[in-house]
Amino acid sequence: MLSLYHDADTPVHALPAGAKLLVLFGAGTGLFFVRSIPGLAVALAAVVLCHPVARVPWRTAWRQARPVLPFTALIVAAQVVLTDWATAVLVGERILALVLLANLVTLTTRTSAMIAAVEAALRPLRPLGVRPERVGLLVALTIRFIPVIREQAEQVRAAQRARGVERSSAFLTPLLIKTLRLADGLGEALDARGFEAGERPHRTSR
Amino acid sequence: MRTKDIALVALFAAIMVVLGFFPLIELPLVPAPFTSQTLGVMLAGSILGARRGGLAILLFVLLVLVGLPVLPGGRGGLGVILGPTGGFVLAYPVGAFVVGLLTERLWRRYNLGVALLCNAIGGALVLYAIGIPWMSVVSGMPLADAITGSVVFLPGDAIKVVIGSLAAVAVRRAYPLVEPRVEA
Repeated sequence: MLSLYHDADTPVHALPAGAKLLVLFGAGTGLFFVRSIPGLAVALAAVVLCHPVARVPWRTAWRQARPVLPFTALIVAAQVVLTDWATAVLVGERILALVLLANLVTLTTRTSAMIAAVEAALRPLRPLGVRPERVGLLVALTIRFIPVIREQAEQVRAAQRARGVERSSAFLTPLLIKTLRLADGLGEALDARGFEAGERPHRTSR
Repeated sequence: MRTKDIALVALFAAIMVVLGFFPLIELPLVPAPFTSQTLGVMLAGSILGARRGGLAILLFVLLVLVGLPVLPGGRGGLGVILGPTGGFVLAYPVGAFVVGLLTERLWRRYNLGVALLCNAIGGALVLYAIGIPWMSVVSGMPLADAITGSVVFLPGDAIKVVIGSLAAVAVRRAYPLVEPRVEA
């Protein structure tokens, strides 16, 4: 599966993932306290100007931001009706600035660096029984399962078509049971490799 | 957590992804891209129980956060979370946990009626309770208007509750995994 990451060699890419996430959460909180149209316009402009610095093509940025636009437009329109123009502009600016900044973090940070940041953030929770080192394994397993589920779905559908059944609720149950069996088998396979002993499973090529 | 649980957690996170990408089931009245992921929330809770179900959906949210395009329409990344509908995504794991908790409590007399109740509370009400105030804060919209605007989700969610409950009852019979909890 493709990641949303856009590769380039820029200072924005070079920043550690944890630092970028902290900036993002700081901005996410801070922008709610800015209540002037010019103030938010400056923030929005700053975020937009970060894109050429990070050498993110406008087309890529646009593709990422587009899904949020209709909803944002709807909200701005609602604000015009419910409150006044000034509030509508403020809200629109704030949403755009936050979403663009968050997208920029996503576009300039490798998935693996994000996962490492998540593992680092979870480390203080170790006394509560959290095992941060398992996050990477879980993510890898999940991504591996996706094509498997599709394949099983095709099989169930084909079997049902052969029997002339077309109901969707009759489709979900066999698919779930089939994939649950597969997951069980995988658990046993991991155990057989000594996973439960607390070690990482033996790495082999995929 | 046993190894088997790890595999189950990853499986349901993957089922969430698949439900977002490929409309495994077509729902009448609901625009396709919006559809099935809340169904995944209900299935995770009612088949795996509170802990594993909640973790599975938390893992899915993590995939969104780290920038994988796993939401419908290939969306993902932090922008979605900070946007107006982000609260619903953040509410998914809580919803799955609540579905699981109720399912564990009522496991011994689980039937279609109980399943409908568990899924409607955890898979719909909990999501509204978190997602709608979030939308109201991000958009600066009064809460009452955000609630009114969310009425459009009701028919689709009702259908998903029914489909999820039918599947939950059938899977319970064929492949029970939930560890029941005695009612306090």
